[in-house]
Amino acid sequence: MAHDFAWIRPEPHGIHVVPADCWIDPSEPVDHALVTHGHADHARGGHGRTVATPETLAIMKLRYATSGGAVPAGYSETIRLPGGVDATFVPAGHVLGSAQILLEHAGERVVVTGDYKRCPDPTCPPFEVTPCDVFITEATFGLPVFCHPPIETEIGKLLDRLAAYPERCVLVGAYALGKAQRVIAELRRAGHDRPIYLHGALERMCRLYEDWGVDLGELRLVSDAKKEDMRGHIVVCPPSALNDRWSRRLPDPITAMASGWMRVRQRARQRNVELPLVISDHADWGELTRTVEEVDPHETWITHGREEALLRWHQLRQRRARALALVGYEDEDD
Amino acid sequence: MERFAALIDALVYTRSRNEKLQLIAGYLRATPDPDRGWALAALTGGLDFPAVKASTIRNLMHERVDPVLWTLSRDFVGDTAETASLLWPAGESPPDPPSVSETVEALAAMTRRSVFTELPALLDRLDASGRFALLKLATGAMRIGISARLAKIAFAQAFDVGVEEVEEYWHGLAPPYRALFAWAAERAPPPDTGSLPLFRPFMLAHPLDDTIVDLEDYVAEWKWDGIRVQLVHVGGEQGETRLYSRSGDDISGTFPEFLDALPMDAVLDGELLVRGVHQGGEKGGAASFNALQQRLGRKTVSKAMLADFPAFIRLYDVMILEDDDLRGLPWTQRRARLEALMPRLPADRFDLSPVVDAEHFDHLAEIRAGARDDAIEGLMLKRKDSPYIAGRKTGLWYKWKRDPLLVDCVLMYAQRGSGKRSSFYSDYTFGCWDGDPDAGADLLPVGKAYFGFTDEELRKIDRYVRTHTVNRFGPVRETDRSLVFEVAFDSVHASKRHKSGLAMRFPRIHRIRWDKPAHEADRIDALRALVRD
Ligand SMILES: [Zn+2]
Ligand SMILES: [Zn+2]
Repeated sequence: MAHDFAWIRPEPHGIHVVPADCWIDPSEPVDHALVTHGHADHARGGHGRTVATPETLAIMKLRYATSGGAVPAGYSETIRLPGGVDATFVPAGHVLGSAQILLEHAGERVVVTGDYKRCPDPTCPPFEVTPCDVFITEATFGLPVFCHPPIETEIGKLLDRLAAYPERCVLVGAYALGKAQRVIAELRRAGHDRPIYLHGALERMCRLYEDWGVDLGELRLVSDAKKEDMRGHIVVCPPSALNDRWSRRLPDPITAMASGWMRVRQRARQRNVELPLVISDHADWGELTRTVEEVDPHETWITHGREEALLRWHQLRQRRARALALVGYEDEDD
Repeated sequence: MERFAALIDALVYTRSRNEKLQLIAGYLRATPDPDRGWALAALTGGLDFPAVKASTIRNLMHERVDPVLWTLSRDFVGDTAETASLLWPAGESPPDPPSVSETVEALAAMTRRSVFTELPALLDRLDASGRFALLKLATGAMRIGISARLAKIAFAQAFDVGVEEVEEYWHGLAPPYRALFAWAAERAPPPDTGSLPLFRPFMLAHPLDDTIVDLEDYVAEWKWDGIRVQLVHVGGEQGETRLYSRSGDDISGTFPEFLDALPMDAVLDGELLVRGVHQGGEKGGAASFNALQQRLGRKTVSKAMLADFPAFIRLYDVMILEDDDLRGLPWTQRRARLEALMPRLPADRFDLSPVVDAEHFDHLAEIRAGARDDAIEGLMLKRKDSPYIAGRKTGLWYKWKRDPLLVDCVLMYAQRGSGKRSSFYSDYTFGCWDGDPDAGADLLPVGKAYFGFTDEELRKIDRYVRTHTVNRFGPVRETDRSLVFEVAFDSVHASKRHKSGLAMRFPRIHRIRWDKPAHEADRIDALRALVRD
């Protein structure tokens, strides 16, 4: 067989780069880790050495309060690993600092996408198509029913609802890293310049984004505000706080949630969401399949989500693909 | 169709009843005829397109989507119409949505063959939420949590008319209800419904609670534990008879024994009961509600059913009799007309609900407490001068139910409520011990309740649930089984559907027994002893 890619091995707790003895996004502490981005299902504390983009390292430092063994790798910068492996971090367009990792060894090229999306995001550089032999792709929204509408449409819905109920507030549940800041940045882009109120759990990450040059406009904390002040305003919180007792301090909130899962009515109803906003930082079905066509790899390895449908899509087009069974990846809130 | 689709979407995501009413009312006011009439018909379940079935949608999709991808998608989404609306391939041209009436006309004209070309042509003209609304409309199963009654209340609110009047005209009209809209929205004369066997809205009672009435002004009657029905006959001897349930559903087919029981034009109000010869009661008396349940909801009725559970109507009132609308007369005059009518009715199908004689109110309370007949649910108190007025008018009729049965249960699961209560655990599942808890017996769920407590108590229970959670399943928390509720209920019946083998009627939280240890709660046996089937 011409290719067998034995130097790269999917194991239950991560992808093992054998000659370099390092791991990509390992779910357990290892001596040497390469991390695609700061989400908890990819970035964990406790590794000996962590190679990641400077933004991702800053996010990990904020989350795990450790920075020992951090090795920054800027976008497009190639890092030589032991065992004759070269690693290059390429923008993935998912969240601040997110990268695909291109691995080159003995003339073979493997791309690990981490999480990615193809539509523009004011908080991070766009995904770059990188030709390779093995394309290891995520599949969070790997079902043909998922089609994320343009974000302008969803932001428009949010602003319309806010305008229609000036006596209330709209409470938007959004994942604390990435989604919350992207929603705020898109609101600013749409001309919404009123203060936006934050749940305390979002404050530090928003400040970090601002430190990295993402302008989020005027942000205030719910804990510092009076109920009256928040009428007619947008409040952003982590999804877990949406139906929590915490929300009782808000003026008659309209419950919204920004997530790709909101495409399915039953999912929105399960979470008691009144205003579903289909906003995702992951590729939808169209983006996933278009990306495979553009990268045009020798084979695709599918992980992180609904592998079955994407596998079927490859089969129907006579493309080589296999599903990896990695543990610990879940993006229920994304 | 866009506005209708937006309405359906908004209703799907709205939990509050008031907001639902406002959404529907707003739509009905803003939308012209006949679209709004068709939409109203869709919301009240009044449309049927035989050419479109759930299987039609599946077949259409199999022509367009790989069957494996379809099945994976359908399993994830959980609803065929929604899956199809999401998977339908986007057309080349921008959406060009048809109106609701254009859609309804097209659907009505489809045959089992033409549906495979004509339904796709409609789908191609819509976006995803339009396709969802279309497929829900076409298959006749909206399932968006809107009852026909709620839609009619919204109609009444939209145009500031009485909902009982709407109900009265409703049954004589067909979609798109132009005459109804003309009357309500443009103040045209009411629709003419005189010669049809129509349902007339019932007069209803308020709970007596702490009110004490003077028996000079009020008369007492038993409240029977069957189902409230209205029997209507028009057209003389060759005419037509219909039996309606309390909600106005036509249940004539389920009780064919009444189809030729009423020999004159009349509208009668009474309680449908089943004879209970084997109930241990007085021969020929009424059986318990459970016996009646054997007859309810059946589309076809066997001879054996008719023989084993013969139905009859115990009459309370006469609303219309041979061209005379008696509803404006005082109760005493209607009662006299009803008593005079009795000899003209077949005795095996009708009897008269007797007036309960009591000298004063305390005497009545005694009679009520001593009532042992299983078919008695309590007492009715009716103002002697009350006309028959649709709906619930304060001060005219009261219901005074028998004291509820009580049992001590242990809280097992709590679920988040909806609307204003969505941040509280307000829906409770409770159980009784299946034996001696100290000897290791387990709890079996016996019922669910979400009312009977104050807001203050709700807050306390909510706090309790959060600090006593042992397991979470989505919106549901399993508690550590340490809180006792005194649960009130009207009756308990054997049921194969529940693991405990029992089902309560109208359970509600009567008291919260913060003081009572869980192992002292009641056992299933205690509850089983209250079964009166
Ligand atoms: Zn992920
Ligand atoms: Zn991620």
